[in-house]
Amino acid sequence: MKTVKLEETAVEIDASSVYYRDLNDEINMAVNEGAKHLIIRNVNGQRYIGAGLQGDDIRIDIHGVPGNDMAVFMDGPTIEVFDNAQDGVGNTMNAGNVYVHGHAGDVCGYGMRGGRLYVLGDVGYRVGIHMKAYKEKTPILIVGGTAGHFLGEYMAGGIIVLLGMERRPGQPVAGDYLGTGMHGGTIFVRGEVDSRRVGKEVGIEKPDDAEYKMLKKELSEFAGVFHLNYDDIVSVPFVKLYPKTHRPYGPLYNARWYWQRGG
Amino acid sequence: MTKGYRRYNDPRDTGGCGLVGFINRDGRRVDGSHIIKSLCLMKERGNGLGAGFAAYGIYQDLADFYALHIMMDNPDVKPEVEQVVFKFFTVHREEEIPTRPNRHIKNPPLFWRYFVEPKKECLLGEEDDGLVVRAVMNINDNIAGAYVISSGKNMGAFKGVGEPADIADFFIIEDYRAYIWMGHTRFPTNTPGWWGGAHPFTILDWAIVHNGEITSYGTNRAFLEMFGYKCTLLTDTEVVAYALDYLLRQQKMPLRAAFYVLASPFWKDIDIESAGNMEFAEALKAIRIQYAPLLLNGPFAILFGWRFGLVGFNDRIKLRPLFAGEKDETLYMASEEATIREICEKPDRLWMPRAGEPVIGMVKEVARKGA
Repeated sequence: MKTVKLEETAVEIDASSVYYRDLNDEINMAVNEGAKHLIIRNVNGQRYIGAGLQGDDIRIDIHGVPGNDMAVFMDGPTIEVFDNAQDGVGNTMNAGNVYVHGHAGDVCGYGMRGGRLYVLGDVGYRVGIHMKAYKEKTPILIVGGTAGHFLGEYMAGGIIVLLGMERRPGQPVAGDYLGTGMHGGTIFVRGEVDSRRVGKEVGIEKPDDAEYKMLKKELSEFAGVFHLNYDDIVSVPFVKLYPKTHRPYGPLYNARWYWQRGG
Repeated sequence: MTKGYRRYNDPRDTGGCGLVGFINRDGRRVDGSHIIKSLCLMKERGNGLGAGFAAYGIYQDLADFYALHIMMDNPDVKPEVEQVVFKFFTVHREEEIPTRPNRHIKNPPLFWRYFVEPKKECLLGEEDDGLVVRAVMNINDNIAGAYVISSGKNMGAFKGVGEPADIADFFIIEDYRAYIWMGHTRFPTNTPGWWGGAHPFTILDWAIVHNGEITSYGTNRAFLEMFGYKCTLLTDTEVVAYALDYLLRQQKMPLRAAFYVLASPFWKDIDIESAGNMEFAEALKAIRIQYAPLLLNGPFAILFGWRFGLVGFNDRIKLRPLFAGEKDETLYMASEEATIREICEKPDRLWMPRAGEPVIGMVKEVARKGA
């Protein structure tokens, strides 16, 4: 591993053939020594990059494909990946930003509780499941491409935006079981969504003005990060997917509660 | 319970399996260094309780003979094994499979290979392949401590208890040259980690590596046993190899149809299909009903190889990872993208295969003569 100090607070790390533990140790050490901008080159498959890392002013650029669970439990930094990412990006992330210029794999944003996760391309299966929001924390996941089955399954809070841009003909924007078991949060889909793909617990309607305002703010940031044409993104109307109830499985698992409140 | 099971059942940390495979559709053979390099990148997906390789095209000079790779717990069982081998086959050549000492590989079994031709007088109205399957089942089932690890022509499986790098080193994998390579590192979950339980699982030249668990194992096994298959390796994955042998060789089913048996579309998807293509929907329905006991339940990503191709497929909701890449005439599939990128610079195409849709790579017609 070769680490080069570029300037006072910037370092460049060559990760080629470096074992993931050594790379993560190196990153943590650099941050502890005051580095604010880390450029990591030749990354290939190293897991847990940015795991639990704190500091709103830390910025990490990743060249190559980071391994699973990138930014897991991350709390503040910004990670920009100039390639594809693998499974589990932003797992239980607490704060910060992750920008992926390629596609990302399965279970991205799992249990995410704060921060922003932007993916320019497609994402895999079970993305954004059990995302949650609490007080001032609202996680935001924006996907430029399409998603596989179970997007936003058991979602408890936060915002998912699915843009479905640059699709092949006939390719659906989302897979089946979209928002199944959802009991909080909101999913916005650009264009139409096939209602048979949407979970039973989910309502579909048009976003209201306040929601459009919020969406436009987020999308202009998304467009800025990836140098996209913002007007193209918002040229198509969105639909909003929301949970019909905050406790969809109450009658199934807690019948007494359900009947006591009057069925 | 087998001897091997007790001997290697040391409990360790529990993580997921990792798999990788590639096929050169033009039949070009490459040495084992590539598959080793890519598999070792996924060290973390296994825990040292099983790793293995399958390679096609490694015995070019002996391509007309079935290559029986046989694992024996100790040298004492060899005479018993040979009683069966010499009874069913004319043995053209036999030798110990070359291994080299590795300090992490403790108490390895004995590995022997026989290049054989079935004796015509032993055929019971079956083709040569049928006799080979019968002989393999005979050894696996009746000889304690002996297991046939592979039995195809011009191919072989090499597997055992250890990390990928150590198993590769032990079997001197880098010296073999193949046009299809498959590799696996194991993280045993609910079946024991022992030499016979490492992947790949094979019968004839069908080979399987698998990440996940087959919860329908009992149903699948009960069905396959009716057709003479004996499940002796104490691991769910074994049934997939036998199921594909049954479907593709015995039932002569087209390739895609066989995958619709194993990962049959959900009834709701068949209903949707029937609105567009009634005939196809009816075929799917018939397959689901007729071969219901071979439906694989549970989460899985599987690579399936044979002398003409390599197929990757997932369960119907993609509960285990599978990634594909392509460059020129080579198709790669693996549990992780980085695994492919490790051995494929500037791929032409990289994609995440969809759940339940097999990714198929076939050896080109012109290259098959040598294959």
